[in-house]
Amino acid sequence: MIEFVLNGRGRRVRVPPMKRLLDVLREDCSLPGTKEGCGEGECGACSVLLDGRTVCSCLVPVVQVRGARVVTVEGLDRGGRPSALQRAFIDLGAAQCGICTPGMLVTAAELLRHARGRVPSEEEVREALAGNLCRCTGYQKIVDAVRAAARGASRDGAAGTSGARAPGRSRAGTARAKRSRTARTKRSRRRG
Amino acid sequence: MARRARLPRASRTVLRPPASVGRSVPRLEGLDKVTGRALYVDDLRVPGVLHGRTVRSTIARGRIKRVSLDPAFDWSGVVVADHRDIPGENLVALIEDDQPLLAAEEIRHAEEPILLLAHEDPERVEAATRAVRIEYEPLEPVLTIEDSLARKAPLYRDDNVFKNILIERGDVERGLAGSDLVIEGEYRCGHQEQLYIENNGMIAERTPDGGLLVRGSLQCPYYVHKALVRAFALPPDKVRIVQTVTGGGFGGKEEYPSMIGGHAALLAWKSGRPVKIVYDRLEDIAATTKRHPAAIKLRTGVRRDGTLVANAIDIVMDGGAYVTLSPVVLSRGAIHAAGPYRCPNVSIRARAVATNTPPNGAFRGFGAPQTQFAVECHMDRIAAALGLDPLELRRRNAYRLGDVTPTGQVLRESVGALEALETAARRARWAERRARHERENRAREARERGAGLGGAAAGRRRGETSRNGAGPRANGRRLRRGIGLALAYHGAGFTGSGEVKLGSIAALDLSHDGRPRILSASTEIGQGTTTMFAQLVAETLGVPADFVAVETPDTGLVPDSGPTVASRTCMVVGGLLEKCARAMRERLELFAERPIRDARDFQRIARRFLAERGPLRFERGYEKPPEIEWDDDRYRGDAYGVFSYGCCVVEVEVDLDTGETRVLRTIATADIGKAIHPILAAGQIEGGTVQGLGYGLLEEVRWKDGRVWNHQLTNYIIPTSMDASPIEVVIVELPYSRGPFGAKGVGELPMDAPAPAIVAAIAHATGARIDEIPVTPERLLEGLRDGARRDGSRSSPGSRRGGKRS
Repeated sequence: MIEFVLNGRGRRVRVPPMKRLLDVLREDCSLPGTKEGCGEGECGACSVLLDGRTVCSCLVPVVQVRGARVVTVEGLDRGGRPSALQRAFIDLGAAQCGICTPGMLVTAAELLRHARGRVPSEEEVREALAGNLCRCTGYQKIVDAVRAAARGASRDGAAGTSGARAPGRSRAGTARAKRSRTARTKRSRRRG
Repeated sequence: MARRARLPRASRTVLRPPASVGRSVPRLEGLDKVTGRALYVDDLRVPGVLHGRTVRSTIARGRIKRVSLDPAFDWSGVVVADHRDIPGENLVALIEDDQPLLAAEEIRHAEEPILLLAHEDPERVEAATRAVRIEYEPLEPVLTIEDSLARKAPLYRDDNVFKNILIERGDVERGLAGSDLVIEGEYRCGHQEQLYIENNGMIAERTPDGGLLVRGSLQCPYYVHKALVRAFALPPDKVRIVQTVTGGGFGGKEEYPSMIGGHAALLAWKSGRPVKIVYDRLEDIAATTKRHPAAIKLRTGVRRDGTLVANAIDIVMDGGAYVTLSPVVLSRGAIHAAGPYRCPNVSIRARAVATNTPPNGAFRGFGAPQTQFAVECHMDRIAAALGLDPLELRRRNAYRLGDVTPTGQVLRESVGALEALETAARRARWAERRARHERENRAREARERGAGLGGAAAGRRRGETSRNGAGPRANGRRLRRGIGLALAYHGAGFTGSGEVKLGSIAALDLSHDGRPRILSASTEIGQGTTTMFAQLVAETLGVPADFVAVETPDTGLVPDSGPTVASRTCMVVGGLLEKCARAMRERLELFAERPIRDARDFQRIARRFLAERGPLRFERGYEKPPEIEWDDDRYRGDAYGVFSYGCCVVEVEVDLDTGETRVLRTIATADIGKAIHPILAAGQIEGGTVQGLGYGLLEEVRWKDGRVWNHQLTNYIIPTSMDASPIEVVIVELPYSRGPFGAKGVGELPMDAPAPAIVAAIAHATGARIDEIPVTPERLLEGLRDGARRDGSRSSPGSRRGGKRS
């Protein structure tokens, strides 16, 4: 039996400990919003927040989330209403086919949380999203939507994403998350 | 009157009198997609479902001697199906019906499906695939265009040529003889994988009435329908195909879903249980279709002032192992091969040849990106030879109203070539940026010479910083910047008599709650079909777009509006829906004896109509405009109703030591007649442009013995958010009188220009003209070594390094 907090609610699953978190979410928790694109941590479609950090759920055995907080795309809304980030994705055309969208939103939510109301630069957004592949949009509208959501959030004085129901960041946590983003970026810059 | 529209900023959507068309209304399925509620094929829960797997050939050519199942494996509960289980014909019906659903004896390519397995437990069926033994009698495969043309082995008829096309206008030989200068070039492009992020997948089940229900990720429900009717020998009304939410297609889900649908259906047929086949990434890349590789030669005669006089073009495309869509891909490629330029004497000879590689198929652009890559690179070579600015050469030759294409088509209206070109050049500040990059590159070169940097030694000295001021930060890196542009055009709709033969039908009816409901087989695959259709109908009926219902493409419910391909959905099918809506409005206003005021009013009238008169449905079929004529045998006439035009300008930074190219800035303009939904249209342009950047720079399918060896996202590289530069889009609107609200096609056009624009920018930066894409670092370094030798006069770093080549 593995217990963790899923989208703000306690959850217990009885599954093999090495089962991929992705499959546990989709099959055992009936949350199919998290998608599989490659199964090897390259495309980012399966991104979820694990204790506030973006991870590829296809690479995480479920035993690793024991006691942790997991947030999926289904947990990004604000009490049933789309968050500023989700709204911006709709309004600015950042979701086309939609298959990368859950992972993009999760990664962007982490970025906005760390930005704490500051509007990240276009380059920062591109770097943060470099581990999430999109084949439809050419990324421009995704970058625009993330920044628009950040602007909206800084105007409202509220977090753009309530969904990442993680606690406030410690400095160490921030640094760790940044490292993980950098690692993803490096991976995405691989050649041949 | 022609009008150029700048894209309105999304955050400040401008409210204009038209209720819907031209406005970026929220896309209808947007909320489902951002909340995770949209259900794709792999998300569907089907009670009692079996998981299907495909056992494929490991050799590229040969015969199957024996298929056996390992007796040591526990086969209980495993459903096994092969070609003998197919109730109808063993084929995937398409153009020539030469591709089997399952190989019976002959193997024509690696990854050819041979055996199907299914089991409740996905891990057991996976294990079962490893317990199948297939013995082959291998034959030497033909894997390249050259070997196929040399008839290394007989693969198709007596010449290995699937399709031959000849397009002639004027007298090319005389034209060449009378030119001031004849310039020759040869260009090559490799395979490209569509790489939709949602892999292919289908779920099939037997229905109680003895038929089949197949749901899945697809572009063309009626293609799958046609294929299954033949393979299962069922009457058409017993086969029902339903599209699920589809995670991208780009052509990759045009024809291959007929194969997967057939496989899932066969396992379901045999077992009586629902069967799901969802490919993983490895199988999807290894087994499904790709963009056709091509080798293209041009011999072009020009006057000294740059006027094109004659163009002799030879195209060969690698079709792969079966005919599939190659004849039509070749056709579109050939028709576009001379680019959007007036030229009195043109001959285009095009061939698609057979090889023992998996069949190549539809991918956004459908042959035109290959041939326009070639002609655009060639235009730059011509400009260099004449000492002309590449922009100026294009300006002098670009199509104007009344010009005639190689097939003899007179361009009667909506010719935005110059408009697209000039808009892009203005936005890019072409002349200024060009001069600045040249100045800075010269300064950098001089500094490097002063600092003793240069040649192969520079690579070893990276990190030993020398002071480099202007331009890119150097840190010992030898960087060069350049700017390039390319102009392209793209015919909207099926080629030639295609639309007439297809005779597509779309319908509009009233739902029981009194709302208009769109019935078409045109699929939403991310590009925005649903919203755009709703807008066209809403505008005509005078209601908001979200008042219009759009039925799921389901062959049991919707008429055949044709495949969702060829940039035809808005212009052709949208046009039919606009006609349906006009008829519906007329009918309801006649009934109400007054105009419809708004949505509530519409609903009131519609409900009264339904109560008093019964159901209301309008169907409209494609009608050929009288001015369009096409002769299939001679390849003469109006190849398309109209063309869209687009220009791409790219600025790059090249590292001379690593061969890496970074895209700094991209500008894309597109004359698409009318942007029904400016944000969706811009989304098409941006997305297509980045696929084009990938095509030009990164995406290379590598082969080993006829099998793809980089069938992973780790080593088949598509652009990330950091590889793609910021993109500026300008939509140009020169309306087409036959398109709905003036709209032409948008989907494929943006794929045509980026790759040659990048090659041009790299040439501008480094002096090395690379004739083969993708321009990988390896290819560029090689080009830098011998670039100067080929291109002659230019002083470039490559020229100094040329001598160092062993």
